[in-house]
Amino acid sequence: MITCPIFFCAYINAMAKIKYIEHNGKEHDIEVLNGFSVMEGAIQNDIPGIDADCGGGMSCATCHVYVKEDWYDKLPKKEMGEDDMLDQAYEPKQNSRLSCQMIVSDDLDGLVVYMPEKQV
Amino acid sequence: MIKTDVVVVGAGPTGLFCAHQLGIIGLKCEIVDNLDKIGGQCIELYPDKPIYDIPAVPECTGEELTNNLIEQIKPFKFNFHLNDRVQELRNENDNWIVKTTNGKKFQTPNVVIAGGVGSFEPRKFPTKSAEKFDGTSVLYSIKDKTIFKDKSVAIFGGGDSALDWAIELSNTSKVSLIHRRDEFRGAPASVQKIKELSEKNIINLFTKYSIKDVKGNGSLEEVEIKSEEGKSKILKADYVLGFFGLIMQLGPIAEWGLNLDKKAIPVNTENFETNKRGIFAIGDICTYPGKLKLILSGFHEGALAARGCFKYARPKEKYRFEFTTASSTIKDRLGVK
Repeated sequence: MITCPIFFCAYINAMAKIKYIEHNGKEHDIEVLNGFSVMEGAIQNDIPGIDADCGGGMSCATCHVYVKEDWYDKLPKKEMGEDDMLDQAYEPKQNSRLSCQMIVSDDLDGLVVYMPEKQV
Repeated sequence: MIKTDVVVVGAGPTGLFCAHQLGIIGLKCEIVDNLDKIGGQCIELYPDKPIYDIPAVPECTGEELTNNLIEQIKPFKFNFHLNDRVQELRNENDNWIVKTTNGKKFQTPNVVIAGGVGSFEPRKFPTKSAEKFDGTSVLYSIKDKTIFKDKSVAIFGGGDSALDWAIELSNTSKVSLIHRRDEFRGAPASVQKIKELSEKNIINLFTKYSIKDVKGNGSLEEVEIKSEEGKSKILKADYVLGFFGLIMQLGPIAEWGLNLDKKAIPVNTENFETNKRGIFAIGDICTYPGKLKLILSGFHEGALAARGCFKYARPKEKYRFEFTTASSTIKDRLGVK
């Protein structure tokens, strides 16, 4: 049997659509590969508003985003330490997350995140 | 005025290893860092986190890496200028005059910027009105705790700095502690103590609140706090203290005319010199095609930048490449036989 390489690639390269909304309201619909973080999706696509100074190590709070309300509870829960870092973010709210800690999967297809006014 | 061969801006791993390479080739340097300790991000952000990609070191923490680098440059007896920040660079007859925030002045043909993502600064309150009182009654660090005696102090934050100061100042001041959520990230013993002091009404504790506004005519009088639901409260306050950790700011580097590209300094990959003669940039702060933000890349960049510094520091000498295993000159510099 001949396997179809294109089909195979499409399967392993599954993506989820993420909507990034800048503080000024500008929207970016980006397809992000499963396995990448929401932060990486923004950085790789040059979307302004996420700094990610520490590169995804949960060591700074400069990839802070607000998750659209109805999405917040659907996301995998925060791990220990994320809230501690969020204490140090610019204007954290109840729906705040660090985008480096949200890993893209089929479950996140359609996720909407808002960028804060600034990161630092 | 301190005369030297090189001023290294930043005492993170990249700056430290560059200093080592400068020492190996016989140059002197002075190292300036805004933090109060050596190590940069490795010490400030992740002292306990293991690093797995230092060549020939399968695993080490940020703190171990820093301590080893300090050990490695010990023979050269370089000066560190901590708690200080390079503010201004000015060109003068093939030399750079480097001025720091604390008023130190250096004269050097070379400056190596190993500044990471910038210098660490306290995160400030987002409220515009707080700027008016910044440094007088809105503070982000404490130099003299006696100024708070018998005053009302509102402390914001949930980490050790906020908790420790709330406990300490509650002895002599009327302290309110405000934090955006119920949980604190400070040491469990401190959290326990805060709860006790709150039950005894020694400390006013407000959780799930954040700052809304600060008010006062001339001097600070009160601070308004708001809950997530929009409920607001007004507290009397002579001082407002914010402990939200440190953020990294590029700071004055942005004003040195180095053609910044998204907070990074473009360099050539031959010696990591910038568009300005005698100014080099290495580590996370530099950018070039293929740049990787790895500590090992910073080491490589520092080694080449050090050779780049040599030609300006010793214009009449020819740089000779030597191995540390074989060169008796280098062994002398290291103080080994």
